[in-house]
Amino acid sequence: MNVLELHYDVPGDDFTRAGEASSAIKNKLKQMGISPNVIRNVAIATYEGEINMVIHANGGTIDVAIDSDAVTLLLKDTGDGIPDVELAMREGYTTAKEEIRALGFGAGMGLPNMKKYTDEFELTSEVGKGTEVKMKVYLNK
Amino acid sequence: MVMKIMTIGDIVKLLECEVLCCADRLDSEVHTACGSDMMSDVLAFVKDQAVLLTGLLNPQVVRTAEMMDIICIVFVRGKKPDTAVVELAAQKNIAILSTGNRMFEACGRLYESGLRGGLSANTSGGDNAEGGS
Ligand SMILES: Nc1ncnc2c1ncn2[C@@H]1O[C@H](COP(=O)(O)OP(=O)(O)O)[C@@H](O)[C@H]1O
Ligand SMILES: [Mg+2]
Repeated sequence: MNVLELHYDVPGDDFTRAGEASSAIKNKLKQMGISPNVIRNVAIATYEGEINMVIHANGGTIDVAIDSDAVTLLLKDTGDGIPDVELAMREGYTTAKEEIRALGFGAGMGLPNMKKYTDEFELTSEVGKGTEVKMKVYLNK
Repeated sequence: MVMKIMTIGDIVKLLECEVLCCADRLDSEVHTACGSDMMSDVLAFVKDQAVLLTGLLNPQVVRTAEMMDIICIVFVRGKKPDTAVVELAAQKNIAILSTGNRMFEACGRLYESGLRGGLSANTSGGDNAEGGS
């Protein structure tokens, strides 16, 4: 299989559209005949990441690369960044405001879910510059 | 009465639901259920062929359902999402039901009829879809 690369822009100003990129990625993987387990894990990871870019940054980009070994996901934003990554990674930790919680998000499970459902997870963030999350889901487990 | 295999149509009867879209899916089997207003919990715990019961009405409920291959959403307390949300669900082939029951009552009735949560399956890592159909 050759490497297939996909690029998506995630708009930061429209919560109702959050998830469109993840939906498109999911459909693409389905068309390619990727296994349902892999698709599910990629879907959770991209969707949580996409929601984070919308509610905690001002949107961003998602790059997907699919080769014979893995689906590689790179999520980038130029938001405020995360001051304490270790704290942000804890289950239940959130800085989301009440109005976000009223929409069903801000349970502080996003980053833990992303780590849990991927085989490789690497988060780098710089305050004032932005956040980058690189994840891999292996195709053959 | 405990049912062996539950379908979306059975849920319609048990919870006296109005069917807002995908009436052609009433014969689809439902294996597990999840009642939640927190979408991250849904993303963390849901298993295959699930129904989601929720009091939230925004489009992210449908998107979350799509990510988890949830086949049916039941809006509790007589709530009905607006047409854009119903249309999004129709596009994704997710049945939308609305029941007058409250969350507790609705979950209780389904549980009583044999439907279970499937919560335990995901506690050990990223193998959530393991054993899925
Ligand atoms: N892309 C991001 N930009 C800035 N802050 C972020 C980003 N992603 C996550 N965070 C921070 O990490 C916290 C935990 O994130 P997460 O586990 O997804 O939970 P939640 O989104 O429910 O708050 C967030 O509340 C926020 O403070
Ligand atoms: Mg989050």
